[in-house]
Amino acid sequence: MGAQLRVYRQKIKTAQTTKKITRAMELISASRIQRAQARVAASTPYSNAITRAVSAVASYSNVAHVLTTEPERVDRAAIVIFTSDRGLAGAFNSQVLREAEELTELLKSQGKSVDYFLVGRKSVGYFSFRRRDYERSWIGGTDSPVFETAKEISDAVLEAFLRDAADGGVDEIHIVYNRMVSRMTQVPVVTRLLPLEVVESDEAPSDKQEVFPLYEFEPDAETVLDGLLPVYIESRIYNAMLQSSAAKHAATQKAMKSASDNADKLITDYTRLANNARQSEITQQISEIVGGADALSSAK
Amino acid sequence: MAALNVSVVSADQEVWSGEATMVVARTVEGEIGILPGHEPMLAILAGGEVRVTLPGGEKITANAEDGFLSVHSNAVQVVASRAELA
Repeated sequence: MGAQLRVYRQKIKTAQTTKKITRAMELISASRIQRAQARVAASTPYSNAITRAVSAVASYSNVAHVLTTEPERVDRAAIVIFTSDRGLAGAFNSQVLREAEELTELLKSQGKSVDYFLVGRKSVGYFSFRRRDYERSWIGGTDSPVFETAKEISDAVLEAFLRDAADGGVDEIHIVYNRMVSRMTQVPVVTRLLPLEVVESDEAPSDKQEVFPLYEFEPDAETVLDGLLPVYIESRIYNAMLQSSAAKHAATQKAMKSASDNADKLITDYTRLANNARQSEITQQISEIVGGADALSSAK
Repeated sequence: MAALNVSVVSADQEVWSGEATMVVARTVEGEIGILPGHEPMLAILAGGEVRVTLPGGEKITANAEDGFLSVHSNAVQVVASRAELA
């Protein structure tokens, strides 16, 4: 067999093996998307209920709570970045990191310094490769997030938020994560988590600030808000993690599908080239034989 | 009499939802019973069981931990990071 042909055959084999892997990964993430989406859907009643309750306290009472009031000066902000543990998901991680960088630029231009909380091995890798500092990181379990991790993250974030600015506490918390719009599109989303931007109810009680609709709080509005807001942050972070994992599976599926398609195309191309090489080898052999026979007969 | 629309929700799923005639829960200030037509309310739950009486008279109980209870126009929501039917 000619050298050229052997090289082509080898390349076809390589493409075929790669295709087997990418096809398997595509199927795996396709099956996981559904489960991830189901988990997002299952956690929706919880976050809906909490959001409703938080806006009820915010609009039916006049407590000034540390978590809802806008500080006068913001020196430090925290960004929580949700990436995945593994790559092979197209632009999934890079787009969320790019969004985080843009947010950092924006915050720095407002004179704030930025602390990072990282979720997922990819963001940790990104930061340590650039030798940049981060506050805390959580690795592992981004494929199927559990509530305990969300609680841990929100505890750490709230602790930083409640610490005094002089002790390195932060005054603002932003989260950056991928949201799954559909199987084909995942968009990075930036949200400010704290201080809360509670959407006020439609009718603004402008002239009668003191009178609130009948709403009973037990024990009182402030305690309820105290108990409610950490839960709210937890549920938002948990939701971001679930969204991010669903988006990751969708992104992987998309990336692996195009990888399999590319492998298919490579196989076709190399098969053509291999056929060409084989044909030209045969042609050459025939012409050698014919030439040899000619030489023999003319030598007689 | 109008019925209460009750849902018991935990962080990762809706544990139970349906109609009921009465809900009894333990808040940080003591036990509270809610009947249809209760005023809007938001309360922090002390860990413990929530008893729901169904229109047929049967009772179901659920365990809720670290949660709160909200009542708004006959819709009762028991929300807890961990909740399960007992």
